[in-house]
Amino acid sequence: MTESYDSASNGPRPENRFDDLLPNARQNTGVSTALDKNVPVAIDVQGIEKKYGEIEAVKGISFQVERGEVFAFLGPNGAGKTTTIRMLCTLARPTGGSAKVDGFDVMQQPTAVRRRIGLVFQEPTLDQQLTAEENLQFHAVLYRVPRDQVEERIESVLRLVDLQDRRKDLVSTFSGGMARRLEIARGMLHTPAVLFLDEPTIGLDPQTRALMWKDVLRLRNEEGVTIFLTTHYMDEAEYADRIAIIDHGTIVALDTPDHLKKMVGSDTVELTTSNNTLASSNLETQGFSVKVGDENVVVFADNGESQVTSIIEAAGVPIQNVRVHRPNLDDVFLHFTGRQIREGPAERSFPMHFRNFGHRR
Amino acid sequence: MAAVDILVGSARLSDERNKIGFELRTIAMVWKRELIRFMRTKTRILSSFVQPILFLFVLGYGMTSLVGTTGGFDFKKFVFPGIVSMTVVTTAIFSAISIVWDREFGFLREMLVAPVSRGALVFGKALGGTTIATIQGTIMLALAPLIGVHLTVLLVIEVILLEALMAFALTTFGVFVASRIQKMEGFQVVMQLVLFPMIFLSGALFPLNGLPVWLAVITRINPLTYAVDPLRHVVFAVQNMPPAAAARFATGVTIFGNTIPVIGEIGIVVVFAVIFLGLAIRGFGKPD
Ligand SMILES: Nc1ncnc2c1ncn2[C@@H]1O[C@H](COP(=O)(O)OP(=O)(O)OP(=O)(O)O)[C@@H](O)[C@H]1O
Ligand SMILES: [Mg+2]
Repeated sequence: MTESYDSASNGPRPENRFDDLLPNARQNTGVSTALDKNVPVAIDVQGIEKKYGEIEAVKGISFQVERGEVFAFLGPNGAGKTTTIRMLCTLARPTGGSAKVDGFDVMQQPTAVRRRIGLVFQEPTLDQQLTAEENLQFHAVLYRVPRDQVEERIESVLRLVDLQDRRKDLVSTFSGGMARRLEIARGMLHTPAVLFLDEPTIGLDPQTRALMWKDVLRLRNEEGVTIFLTTHYMDEAEYADRIAIIDHGTIVALDTPDHLKKMVGSDTVELTTSNNTLASSNLETQGFSVKVGDENVVVFADNGESQVTSIIEAAGVPIQNVRVHRPNLDDVFLHFTGRQIREGPAERSFPMHFRNFGHRR
Repeated sequence: MAAVDILVGSARLSDERNKIGFELRTIAMVWKRELIRFMRTKTRILSSFVQPILFLFVLGYGMTSLVGTTGGFDFKKFVFPGIVSMTVVTTAIFSAISIVWDREFGFLREMLVAPVSRGALVFGKALGGTTIATIQGTIMLALAPLIGVHLTVLLVIEVILLEALMAFALTTFGVFVASRIQKMEGFQVVMQLVLFPMIFLSGALFPLNGLPVWLAVITRINPLTYAVDPLRHVVFAVQNMPPAAAARFATGVTIFGNTIPVIGEIGIVVVFAVIFLGLAIRGFGKPD
């Protein structure tokens, strides 16, 4: 019963600089040691459902989340995201199906589940009249952090979210973003195996949202925690290792961001050349499927960025500009649900092609 | 095999001991939070004195001129223990009802999802309210010389113990009520419908003898009556009251002509506290 409170003895870790916040960050880190016990999956959901009277909030969904994974639930308001989290955290009783968190059944062993999870609610749950430190101390006691580790843990989680110097300040003096990050720190205080974040970035400005993601990925990398989060921001879901798109209480798609986008359609490589007609006929003879536009040549390719060099070669004319476009998650959502997500941000945070060139292998 | 059994057995034993340790730590933490919050809200400390002091002077002096003095004992002295009780009760209820705020600001959820027993949370909360209310009530004793009420060390100790019991009973009651309130608006309703009637109909502010039957019945049903009377009893015991005054401002609650002994009254309050502690724990945040 006490093993989960041992501080994560992950050994020395390389200083993490977080210049790479993209999903494949995970591959660079040794996310394996502390929490890999004999339980293969962190979350195992089998046909879980929840009815509130007539309303079927969650209609029998199944999925697994691996250890150390960042798993995102993406869906519009009322899709059933919070309801799912509430069931996994033993706060709501499923009306059907079953679920295990860190190997423990949410219905049969709720206390064991609660000890192994950290939870950040959609709504704030800090005591405004206490300081950051006092909020954390309270939490440490309720989650049975051993007395001699409390101080160390408080320091380390505050460092994780960069709030060390606000430690003694009342939470009522915090900005919304700071309070939110303190909540995430608090969720991590007792070294949970799984951290649930219900819309962690709701109501935050783009900078703070980016910071928050830095925190989340850093947590996963440094503490090896499994992260389950919900969001309705399209661009955020791309930070996750896998995404489940949930709509009207059912999962309509579940895969890595890359695969989801592939399902929607192939990448396109747009070339601006000195001679578009020649380029396109050259490409066609090499077996590429091509469309000539007004000012450019569009090549359809399954894995655009890795084929860029061969495409340029095949074109056989001087190239002025190359741009790789991948279908984005907005396209994905539209594809799977037949409608636009209702609350997507108008602007994407980075241009897609910049990302693709900069960070993918 | 035997060695293994012993090992397992002792592991289980230390598990049990740990469990109790964790529960105690939780109780202490919840208690501490109540105190920290109380200390931080200076206005709350002050405002919880304003009302009783107002009552003491307005009602005390007003009624004294109306009722007159019997053998050097006046209404101010009579009402003083009642005012102390009033301070304790108001503070206790206010403290318990802060759960409604906790719900509003979300902190209640933080407590409820934690892997701790609801019993520890409620008990910690009740002890916090008890401590605060007892401190407030005891501070009121500072006014005793002004009113002409004698204090002895023993009396102060007795008063503190009785205040603590009263406060504990009222906090558990308050936690129970608060756990039924979903909205802030409910709070005002509780104050108007529960707290004030309870205080006014408890014998805190007027003697219980010679009341019209309907009023007598209500005061005897009101559990607070049995918490206020012992406090008045111990205070009066050291006041050198002439027999005429003792008869005029009698202590003791009579039912069908029988006076309930102080120990019996304390017993009633204890039973009340235990029942509401149980109800408060049961009603404290059930999952849906
Ligand atoms: N306690 C409840 N009683 C009745 N219906 C509920 C309850 N909680 C949720 N619902 C319903 O279940 C459905 C799913 O709600 P849920 O809160 O899970 O959505 P969500 O995906 O978290 O949405 P949001 O993005 O707005 O947070 C909604 O139709 C909601 O009205
Ligand atoms: Mg929600």
